[in-house]
Amino acid sequence: MAPITVPRKPLKLIDRVSAINWNKLEDEKDLEVWDRLTGNFWLPEKVPVSNDIPSWQAMSEEEHTLTMRVFTGLTLLDTIQGTVGAVSLIPDALTPHEEAVYTNIAFMESVHAKSYSSIFSTLCSSEQIDAAFAWSEENEFLQKKAQIVLDYYEGDSPLKRKVASTLLESFLFYSGFYLPMYFSSHAKLTNTADVIRLIIRDEAVHGYYIGYKYQRGLELVGDAKREELREYTYDLLNELYDNEVEYTESLYDGVGLTEDVEKFLRYNGNKALMNLGYPALFPAEICDVNPAIIASLSPNADENHDFFSGSGSSYVMGKAEETDDEDWDF
Amino acid sequence: MTGAVVYFSSASENTTRFVESCRFDELGIATYRIPLRTGDGPLAVREPYVLIVPTYGGGVVAKAVPPQVKRFLNDPDNREWIRGVIASGNTNFGEAYAAAGRIVSAKCKVPLLFTFELMGTPEDVRKTREGLARFFTQQ
Repeated sequence: MAPITVPRKPLKLIDRVSAINWNKLEDEKDLEVWDRLTGNFWLPEKVPVSNDIPSWQAMSEEEHTLTMRVFTGLTLLDTIQGTVGAVSLIPDALTPHEEAVYTNIAFMESVHAKSYSSIFSTLCSSEQIDAAFAWSEENEFLQKKAQIVLDYYEGDSPLKRKVASTLLESFLFYSGFYLPMYFSSHAKLTNTADVIRLIIRDEAVHGYYIGYKYQRGLELVGDAKREELREYTYDLLNELYDNEVEYTESLYDGVGLTEDVEKFLRYNGNKALMNLGYPALFPAEICDVNPAIIASLSPNADENHDFFSGSGSSYVMGKAEETDDEDWDF
Repeated sequence: MTGAVVYFSSASENTTRFVESCRFDELGIATYRIPLRTGDGPLAVREPYVLIVPTYGGGVVAKAVPPQVKRFLNDPDNREWIRGVIASGNTNFGEAYAAAGRIVSAKCKVPLLFTFELMGTPEDVRKTREGLARFFTQQ
């Protein structure tokens, strides 16, 4: 299979540029998100992935192949988002500050893509690396998801582009993110998982912001168009979900984790919809993600914070947390 | 019912959507929104309430509580009536998930009752409705 060719038509760049004035904001969310993104800036070299070498060497060949395929798939998505996706949103921006945020997102996606190469070069042989990249060009489901998203990036609807972009940031990555969280919950490749957690944190801000800008855009169109976009969003999620299930089977059937990964997909599919301002699609009973995976993502997201469904005998009092005390008078 | 909900929502309106889905008025629970802009004037609440607060900061715990919520709680007359806190967040932020709820709980010495993600699922809405109705009855 030949690599995907993009773009079929040259990307339209913005028509005019005025000097950006950060002291005159049209949407305060732009500065808030810029500050979050720049505050979260990181590079893979900061994480001691080489400490994972003993762990990697103790893993089976099947686990090695799976890991490398998963990471190569993630690399492809990050490459798309960095070089096409986030860049394609720039001409549609409503404010100059929104344009600047997209340039940050695009750059960080390139950092993410490079992180996988950095992990590979630490843990794997060049033969293994070449084989994984060759696999990524042959896997029809990976190629299909890339193609679906790329088609929208090249299309002529700014709002559909944002939907596709949010679904990529908040949904399509998670068949891959599952694996390092799973390994980490079994005390394997824990430093590698730290790199992935940094990527996961970034993607949350990206999905939130692009989804927010989508909702701002929806305010500018009529009811009929709004309804069309709502239907389009659910249709696209369903189309991508069906493909993700097949992609997941192609990766995880061998290790018996497919069902567990699918719950994680649905859980994140719901979150992607919420980022776009839409209600969850998948009911709670089929989104019951393995608690070990949730704990691996977020050690604080446990049942202790659900006083309502507990026995009611006790509830959690927050422990003193680090906060900027000068803002509190008491 | 003696109980109200005080909430804050940024321009993303995630928390507003959650609060609207909960249809608290049907339960006799009043809702008050902490204003987004300082120019809108401060909110004063003088009845028992549970605070619903989104977590800010994109993973930075120190910045988790929105400044508008701090301003509201800095007023001792508002603080006197807080009975519990519910926080939203995103598990993608790891340790910082729903950190605003833990901070407010520790600062105001009230229980963290529930956490949910983004604008909440129908399951989160159901749990919060039923849970708050019970909680206020027991107060």
